[in-house]
Amino acid sequence: MLRRDVNLNKAESYQLPGVVRTPSRFKNPIGKYRLHRSSACTACGKCVELCPYEVHVVRRGKVFIENHHLCVGNDCPDPCHKACPEGALTLRRNPNFDGLGDARWPADLLASTWHMAEFGKVPEKGLEYKLGASGGGFDKLRIVFKKKVKAVAEIPDDEFDLGVVLNRRNDNAHRVRIKVPFYGGGMSYGSVSITTMLSRIKAAVALGTFCCTGEGGYPDELKPYDDHVITQVATGLFGVREETIQRVKIVEFKYAQGAKPGLGGHLLGDKVTPGVARMREAVVGYPLFSPFPFHSVYSVEDHKKHVDWIKAMNPKALVSVKVSTPTDVDMVAVGSYYAGAHIIHLDGSYGGTGAAPDIAKKNIAMPLEYALPKVHQFLTEEGVRDKLTVIASGGIRNPHDVAKAIALGADGICTGTADLVALECIRCHKCESGRGCARGIATTDAELMELIRMEWGTQRIVNMFLAWRTELIRILRKLGMTSLKELVGRTDCLTHIDYIKKMPKVS
Amino acid sequence: MPSKYVIHVQEVSHRFEPVSKSGIIAWEEGCLRCAVCVKTKCVYGVYENRGLHAKQMIDSIDNQCMNCLRCVQSCPAQLIHKSVNPEFKAMGDSHWTPNIIANLWMQAKTGKIPVSGAGYPGPFSGPGFDSMWTDMSEIVRPTRDGIHGREYISTAIDLGETPEYLILSEDGSLEENGTTLVDIPLPIILRMPPFGSIAPSTVSGWALAARKLGSLFSAPLNVMDGIKPELAPSLMPECSAEDDDIERIPAGARLVEIPWSEDWKSKVSVIRKKDPSLLISVRVPMAEGMEERSVSLAKEGISVIHLEGSMSGLFLDDKARYVKEGIRSVHLKLVEAKIRDTMTLLASGGISLAEHVAKAILCGVDGVFVDFPALIALECRMCRRCTEGLSCPVEIEKAPSGWVAARVVNLVGAWHNQLLELMGAMGIRDARRLRGEVGRAMFFEDLDEKTFGSMGDVEEGCELE
Repeated sequence: MLRRDVNLNKAESYQLPGVVRTPSRFKNPIGKYRLHRSSACTACGKCVELCPYEVHVVRRGKVFIENHHLCVGNDCPDPCHKACPEGALTLRRNPNFDGLGDARWPADLLASTWHMAEFGKVPEKGLEYKLGASGGGFDKLRIVFKKKVKAVAEIPDDEFDLGVVLNRRNDNAHRVRIKVPFYGGGMSYGSVSITTMLSRIKAAVALGTFCCTGEGGYPDELKPYDDHVITQVATGLFGVREETIQRVKIVEFKYAQGAKPGLGGHLLGDKVTPGVARMREAVVGYPLFSPFPFHSVYSVEDHKKHVDWIKAMNPKALVSVKVSTPTDVDMVAVGSYYAGAHIIHLDGSYGGTGAAPDIAKKNIAMPLEYALPKVHQFLTEEGVRDKLTVIASGGIRNPHDVAKAIALGADGICTGTADLVALECIRCHKCESGRGCARGIATTDAELMELIRMEWGTQRIVNMFLAWRTELIRILRKLGMTSLKELVGRTDCLTHIDYIKKMPKVS
Repeated sequence: MPSKYVIHVQEVSHRFEPVSKSGIIAWEEGCLRCAVCVKTKCVYGVYENRGLHAKQMIDSIDNQCMNCLRCVQSCPAQLIHKSVNPEFKAMGDSHWTPNIIANLWMQAKTGKIPVSGAGYPGPFSGPGFDSMWTDMSEIVRPTRDGIHGREYISTAIDLGETPEYLILSEDGSLEENGTTLVDIPLPIILRMPPFGSIAPSTVSGWALAARKLGSLFSAPLNVMDGIKPELAPSLMPECSAEDDDIERIPAGARLVEIPWSEDWKSKVSVIRKKDPSLLISVRVPMAEGMEERSVSLAKEGISVIHLEGSMSGLFLDDKARYVKEGIRSVHLKLVEAKIRDTMTLLASGGISLAEHVAKAILCGVDGVFVDFPALIALECRMCRRCTEGLSCPVEIEKAPSGWVAARVVNLVGAWHNQLLELMGAMGIRDARRLRGEVGRAMFFEDLDEKTFGSMGDVEEGCELE
């Protein structure tokens, strides 16, 4: 089912993967509600009959609550606990649910992402899947659907164009066009397990897009997927070799990352296992510093020198420049264009897997929501907007964030955390403690890695992105558009609830 | 180049089991007695390592649990649950939030900066200092390596009248210009908080911490009696408005503070008569009229001014205005009066996180006072029982001064490293260069409206999603 021979440049040869239901790998998936069945139950089967979500199941003449997590609670049109003739059912909120999540990723958003990863579609009811609770930016922006729009209701889903052209310079480099408006952001070998890495890349292959290796080198296991890999050149230059640059279609320069803008990285000595050391061409047991910034770059001219190195080694490679969001991010974007980059990748501060100082994540650099329109506008004024692809990342959690980021000026987005949530990350923020992620996602511990099977991981990520894709098409349809390109920079399709002059009455 | 300033930190345990954010609830009833119980598979081994705190009778399990929820999600009989601890949620107030308190505890214990994975979990912005961001330099900038420290970043500041130029004698040596300067290696002065279960040993511990840090400890004169005389150079006594306490200023103190009053001049002249070399700071309430007061004080030769805000980071007379605005406003007035560069501006009030130090300096002060964090470092839960004469749940008054000092040094050490991170990202290598550099900061009030303000027109009948 997962094909690696997808030719990205021929639309007709591309076939979208299908949804395969992929339930949680844990015995007790976490849902928002808990139903309790008392001994008064006579197994009449009324609840089984009523429930459209398969929460109740009958086994050997008895009724059990098998799928608490699928219950939509008070949003249920015909609630079983009210209809039960014996009054044997009671509905409560799940206490485990209330301790879950944070302002960026409230419990509802986590649970709805798990739903998408299981079913390949957004949750119908019971969960807020469109917004987080950060109280600003994306969470206060709303998509505006006008009453009168071009009628696109008749157009079938597969005629909607969600693709993004990554090479707009029309130069010698590969003419890469991704089929979906997202690709996988850099997560290095070491920060996540090889299974997680492969799951993400195999999902990217299936969806006709790319996935980035991050800074920790290019494991051999990735070789079969070279055409869908973006390799990263970061300040530590770990694992960067001529051969890895020549293998890929896209090379990403990481100047900064949103989770720790302006700071270097530090991989502790005991994380430098033989595998990691080999990959990074370093010595086992010694800490590795990734300095900040590139100590060979002090100007845009120096930056051009970097881009030229890549082009000398691999003339067909597309060059992406990943930066975070300082006050002069617009100048950086223009500078990158003139240095020869194809993609400017703005990384906001809500993302990141490995450990980063809390002070950096919270305080350094401006929110992505401010940086995107600033860059889009400046590139437009400079007359180069249509020559450069703008990618946004660092806090894109759901299809609505994608649509909002694009309306603010991005061409496409990168994900990272969302992929991990699809693999049942619960955002405990302990990626680096002890043996690494206890849930087996962001770890190199042999035993913990066993918690995830690659096929399961791949399908979960594919499912989530298929749900995003379907939802984006629904949004485009309501906007009267048939292509995501039409939405780029259309801030008139957005409103911010703090500045809205008059709430429209919806008839 | 000065020798590198390093704060030596060392793990110092808690005396009490901290209040944990959430708790494990594990039912026994209905247990299937599985051959391999999920509890034995805990990655962190918390079910094996749990112990009972003898004095408090509290199980340590909740502080060891890392919230991975694997046991919750794997128990076949669904007997294990995690729930939010109401005691944790009830700690502190809207400014001294439970998360801030818990983070300060951790820093005081370990001396390490708070680090976590999986991105920023907090709100978009917030009141006061939470409505600003600091800048970073992307490509074009000098290299600074923050705490990994291959290049020197100075956090030192001077207190007192900075000469505008140097006077050299004919042989090229520096001539004394008669001004006193106290230099401290970091822009943080410890200050005794207005309440707390504070004993003489606590006060001595703070003074000791100030000396270890090379900084100062500010407290009312009347609590300073028990402090060893050799710590006097690290003290910043706060005199009252009365004149009779001048005699009690410890010999060796370099800087004293008086509260602003209509006749501050007479108080200053009494102090100057006693010891002309003493540097005098005047504490001005952050309230109506502070700009004029500060400018006139500075013009009259007061070289250190302390703006005092409320413990919640607000003006003393206006609960809708934040210390952040107060600092910016006074700093600008002093700049307009062309006097800012020769004097020192300090601020206090609600400084609760390391970033507040950097942000206050960006807004225009030279340094800040740190008060309640020095108490929370001692496990204070901000329950305020002491203000009602009730006993302290963590018996701060019984803590020995050595433990107090070590905990506070750890906290300030962690803050110092965080300050280096912020400055390193900005490419600024001297805390004195950070002062008033609002161009290297981004403000919610400037950016939000500019970015989203024009998106307010929505036609009638539109649907929002």
